[in-house]
Amino acid sequence: MSKLIVASIGPANSVQDGGRHGAQRYGLPPSGAMDRLALAAANVLVGNDPFAAAIEIGPFTATFKAKDGAVRVALSGAPRSADVAGRPVAVDMSMTIADGESLTLGFAKGGAFSYLAIEGGIAGEPMFGSLAVNARAGLGSPYPRPLQAGDELQVRAASGGTERRIELPAPATGPIRVIFGPQDDEFSDDARALFLECEWKISPTSDRMGYRLEGPVIKHLDGHNIVSDGTVDGSIQVPGNGAPIVLMPDRGTSGGYPKIATVLSVDLGRMAQIPAGTAFRFKAVSMAQAQAEARKFADLLRSLPDRLRAIDATALNIDALHDVNVAGSAVNAIDVDTWHAEADVLTPD
Amino acid sequence: MAATLAPPRLLPSGDRAVTVEFARTIDDAANQRVLALDRALHETPIEGVTETVPTYRSLLVHYDPVRIGFDELGTKIVALALQPSPPTEKAKHWRIPVAYGGENGIDLEDVAKTLQTTPDDIVARHVAGQYRVAMIGFTPGWSYLSGLDKFLHISRRQNPRLLTPAGTISIGGIQTGVQCLAGPSGWHLLGRTAVRTFQLHRDPIFLLEPGDHVTFFAVDAKTFWEQDRAAEAGEIVAELMSA
Repeated sequence: MSKLIVASIGPANSVQDGGRHGAQRYGLPPSGAMDRLALAAANVLVGNDPFAAAIEIGPFTATFKAKDGAVRVALSGAPRSADVAGRPVAVDMSMTIADGESLTLGFAKGGAFSYLAIEGGIAGEPMFGSLAVNARAGLGSPYPRPLQAGDELQVRAASGGTERRIELPAPATGPIRVIFGPQDDEFSDDARALFLECEWKISPTSDRMGYRLEGPVIKHLDGHNIVSDGTVDGSIQVPGNGAPIVLMPDRGTSGGYPKIATVLSVDLGRMAQIPAGTAFRFKAVSMAQAQAEARKFADLLRSLPDRLRAIDATALNIDALHDVNVAGSAVNAIDVDTWHAEADVLTPD
Repeated sequence: MAATLAPPRLLPSGDRAVTVEFARTIDDAANQRVLALDRALHETPIEGVTETVPTYRSLLVHYDPVRIGFDELGTKIVALALQPSPPTEKAKHWRIPVAYGGENGIDLEDVAKTLQTTPDDIVARHVAGQYRVAMIGFTPGWSYLSGLDKFLHISRRQNPRLLTPAGTISIGGIQTGVQCLAGPSGWHLLGRTAVRTFQLHRDPIFLLEPGDHVTFFAVDAKTFWEQDRAAEAGEIVAELMSA
């Protein structure tokens, strides 16, 4: 076995995978990666199952060191600078960190989360079939909390396989698509229209439980309390102050605020990557359209192994890497000072 | 009875889940139908359904849209919801020990004052109740119980507390609850139990199932702490009544 040592890391990180399913009926949220496509791409690059556990890394810098042998990894998700022992490396490409070398990641640029997949996955003890960290419930493995400097992950020694890149479709642009409901009838036609017409920004107080939106006040028809019902990843609930919250994988499993709409499952990873301060809009689509998109997304996930390519000279174009590394300096959704803050007191209904 | 059942409302919760709503208010009959549909889906699985989450008034059904579409799933769910309920003999009956009042139940005195009675009367009424687990949610193991004595119905606190202890037994509105993890709450704290409704490395990890029956019995503070040590070591502490 090799080890991957966490030499330094920011707060918004955790081991995540495809999530923990089957225990929402007991109040246990699924957790899992914020951007499932990026998780899957990173895993496929190193020959893992698409939803194997990887390290979800927020916008801050991080350094990992290989020990007791080489470690093969791949990075996907938010664009950011990266180097292995000073040699620049790109996202969406596998790489091998030789024994004693370090992988250094810069700040995310124009995104929020990256995924560092490790060949052979991460050794840990699954709970409900998942290693995903849920810090509030004390769940997750090998550490039931975000990673800290000094942590050691037991990983497989690098296979020495040929490094590869993955050709992903161009990232989708345009509005974040939603389906109205389940409680859109708690809002007037005007409120629903406003929700679609206005620009929204993600508040820096967002976290893995929910993304708080800044924009106009969305008023309820008859008060903001409903009898609690179940939530999903992407539920857009509107609390009493009229500022919508998009629920993310560490959400409460039930909630007592009306949910005006739900983000399409295919668009949730894209939503998770929107930097705070960047304006975006919502667009309503039909259930038929949404489910057609969900099926296309499933096809894309299945096709990932066919999208692996040999690394040619153009892929290692250092100028192109440099462009990525200096592109954009947008503030990220996640704020280092408020990541652990809870702006509202949520209470049982 | 089956012929008189109204069909539930099917509310889209995105492209991978549907909220099957039986009522918009807290309604015992609706909750019974939620739990009945939950059992029916467990016993007669529909291809593509991945997970169900019962709440007071609705059942959230997660599904894989690659395997079944919204319309087909909705038709099957409504048909199942209109069938007579499967039997409930699997529901367990748990007796849960509670240390009422004092530092374990800091709101007991105030609740008694508000309801113009004595703390002993509050406790007597609370232990006399026959409760059912209506839903589990909010945080892992937080069990909402229906069946609270009408006399104990009380508005939630104006100012929710940021932190209430693990094992808190509380009342809020027309409900009582068993809280597993420490956390915020706006309910009135009557006591604490050593019982962990959620404990890793114990079999079962989650003690209570939606639909289970629950009663409480009073223990003193010393017993609570003894039971707390036993529970920490993995004992269930709650008493399982034979059917």
